[in-house]
Amino acid sequence: MMLIGRKLGMTQIFEESGKVVPVSVIEAGPCAIVQVKTKDKEGYTAIQIGFDETRESRMTKAEVGHLKKANVGPRRVLREIRVDDVSPFKVGETIDVKVFEGTKIVHVTGTSKGRGFAGTIKRHNFQRGRKTHGNKNYREPGSVGASAFPSRTFPGKRMPGRMGGVKRTTRNLTLVQIDAENNLLFIKGAIPGANNGIVFVRSDAK
Amino acid sequence: MNIMDRIEQRMLSKKEHDFRVGDTVKVMVRVVEGNKEREQAFQGVVIKQSGKGVAETFTVRKVSSGVGVERVFPIHSPNIKSIQVLRRGRVRRAKLYYLRKRVGKAARIAEKHDKGE
Repeated sequence: MMLIGRKLGMTQIFEESGKVVPVSVIEAGPCAIVQVKTKDKEGYTAIQIGFDETRESRMTKAEVGHLKKANVGPRRVLREIRVDDVSPFKVGETIDVKVFEGTKIVHVTGTSKGRGFAGTIKRHNFQRGRKTHGNKNYREPGSVGASAFPSRTFPGKRMPGRMGGVKRTTRNLTLVQIDAENNLLFIKGAIPGANNGIVFVRSDAK
Repeated sequence: MNIMDRIEQRMLSKKEHDFRVGDTVKVMVRVVEGNKEREQAFQGVVIKQSGKGVAETFTVRKVSSGVGVERVFPIHSPNIKSIQVLRRGRVRRAKLYYLRKRVGKAARIAEKHDKGE
């Protein structure tokens, strides 16, 4: 099962034993079911869900029409989930954090924080050179291709470049707590992306 | 109020504590041994307070049979039953790390007296 949510930030909670657990808080759902895809019509079974209410003027006419058909207001994010059995899902209804009741392990997908053009130390965990003793190789990437042999730089050589801002999934995170009243999920550890970023929480491995 | 703040608010302990760095305190800590539960005291000088919200902690230092012992407590931990102030200290630092290098008489802290009316 999957829900679309918004990362709110990190905090910590105390277990009953007094142990501190670092948690990421996600406001997940409620997600409206926009479309149900069936074997007969589309050739496979899936449901499409929408999250994050917005204004009609922010959407294209095609999107507005698609949502109107489902009798759902404008939603910013639409995603499809593959399900084996579509019978419990009806267009226009919503799913919320209750779908994760009893779930212990979740996987969270999001867009990682953009780091811009980053050097090899930040981007590939290279080591830096000495700061003193006449060293001129402080944060440089070092040799990229030796001399007469091989006379070239190997493809895939780790170099500086754009870092972050790409889709990343953190797998096997522990779902610590569910707050159904406020649509909140408390997940142990860090999740990809900045605060207020859109994240996808799923209970099944992809 | 922001949602994150509200979540943190729920985690905070309801007890109010009135102690500062330099004070001598007695912290009653819940200890679970097997399935028995008891309270243990940790008595010493508060040498540090740090963090805010749920993450706020304080450090208590004592010298136990000649060995310095420091323990960091999360202020909002459910394991903290009570914090009793035994003595108010007069200090001019927020962090009393200098106490680590001192032994015996040199490690004393002057008592703070309330300014009478």
